[in-house]
Amino acid sequence: MNALEDSLLELIRRTSAEIPDDVHQALLASLAREQQGTIAASAMQIIQRNVALAKNKSQPICQDTGSILFYVDCPRGLDQLDFARAARAAVKRATQKGYLRQNSVDPITGKNDGTNVGPGSPALHFDQHAAPETRVRLILKGGGCENVGAQYALPHEKLKANRDLDGCRRVILDAVLQAQGKGCGPGVLGVCIGGDRATGYEFSKRQLLRKLGEANPNPALDKLERDVVETANKLGIGPMGFGGRTTLLGARIGVLNRLPASYFVSISYMCWAFRRQGVTLDPNGGIAGWLY
Amino acid sequence: MTTLTTPISESVVRALKVGEEVLITGTVFTGRDAVHKYLYDGGALPAGVSFQNGILYHCGPVIIKDEAGNWKCVAAGPTTSIREEPYQGRVIRDFGLRGVIGKGGMGEKTVAACREHGCVYLHAVGGAAQVLAACVQRVPNVYFMEEFGAPEAIWEFQVASFPAVVTIDAHGHSLHQEVLAASQAALAKYL
Repeated sequence: MNALEDSLLELIRRTSAEIPDDVHQALLASLAREQQGTIAASAMQIIQRNVALAKNKSQPICQDTGSILFYVDCPRGLDQLDFARAARAAVKRATQKGYLRQNSVDPITGKNDGTNVGPGSPALHFDQHAAPETRVRLILKGGGCENVGAQYALPHEKLKANRDLDGCRRVILDAVLQAQGKGCGPGVLGVCIGGDRATGYEFSKRQLLRKLGEANPNPALDKLERDVVETANKLGIGPMGFGGRTTLLGARIGVLNRLPASYFVSISYMCWAFRRQGVTLDPNGGIAGWLY
Repeated sequence: MTTLTTPISESVVRALKVGEEVLITGTVFTGRDAVHKYLYDGGALPAGVSFQNGILYHCGPVIIKDEAGNWKCVAAGPTTSIREEPYQGRVIRDFGLRGVIGKGGMGEKTVAACREHGCVYLHAVGGAAQVLAACVQRVPNVYFMEEFGAPEAIWEFQVASFPAVVTIDAHGHSLHQEVLAASQAALAKYL
């Protein structure tokens, strides 16, 4: 129990302070691409310095430590109630230590009790899997990028988006245009085609668990992912919306079945401060290995 | 690179242009959603706080108390500014601000207020909480901590060489409007 809590605390610390390697590589490539002497290049340099500083000081990359999203793949027999208790305790401790900002607010009273534990926080997604070990992945997603997420119902007349992949492409690129720099670009899109309004958004966030640079197993979606990134990077929105060559670092697209009457495209925007980490746990709750 | 030292005169602000990089030194107060709504509704600044010729920073920092009992800024990047668009123009006018630091840009009302009252919007790099916290040398005071909670409180920062880019100047220009128009035109070609 204590070992599990300690492991989750360490997972939170590392997620908040360290960018995963795949995202770091994408950021370095983006810095190299921007033209020297532009404000876009300056912004990318500050971002690089920030990534290094946060890791060295073991402090939050971004002060908005965001929604706390746990994705837990459990073996048969894992006690989810115990796990949830440990996760909430770890979140409280992480907040006391400053790995997480006091970030959870009651919308009616406006009160922030300073613990980050309350209805919906942390969010815990449990899935049973056939493997013997427990796998825990964590995403910290800031509010600025969450605010520029979008959900479209197709057909969308104004955007000339029909119920096909071209229609999906049109609304995804519209979301990039609407976001401009407000989501702290260069960003990464998680997209779900299909599902209902709730499952669509949830599944779009889950796409962010996939590493950047890994091909989509579905060739049509792989092509769409590449096309969206390439086209977005020709729009000149650039880092922070300052203008420049990198608007997106990546796009990850997944599909859920839909109802005949509905065709949703749900888009979650992740900022450059893409905080995602994961661990596998040993039977005592200790960290057996890191996933990203 | 231009250095802006508080208090800032109107002529210094009027000389700034969109796209210019600046380094800010002096006193900066934080204020975000709750503070803007409160001031817009006619609330008064607490004793000890003045925005006259000063800079307001859209920021909800992570702050802890060190062993000696002093506030220490652990993370302090900008928050999204557009949420303050309904309030910002009046706050600039009523409280004499010369600069607003934030991220993501602001809309037409703020552009107009900057032009009319001599103020600029200074875009910091969103998410760069460590680089920017390192520019905060001291945190002498906090106000409205009880009322609004830590991220929403007014924190007084002493900053040195805090980097930002002028993206709305005092002449009615907005980099955000320019980039939006250009990217809209570009996208039309690729659909």
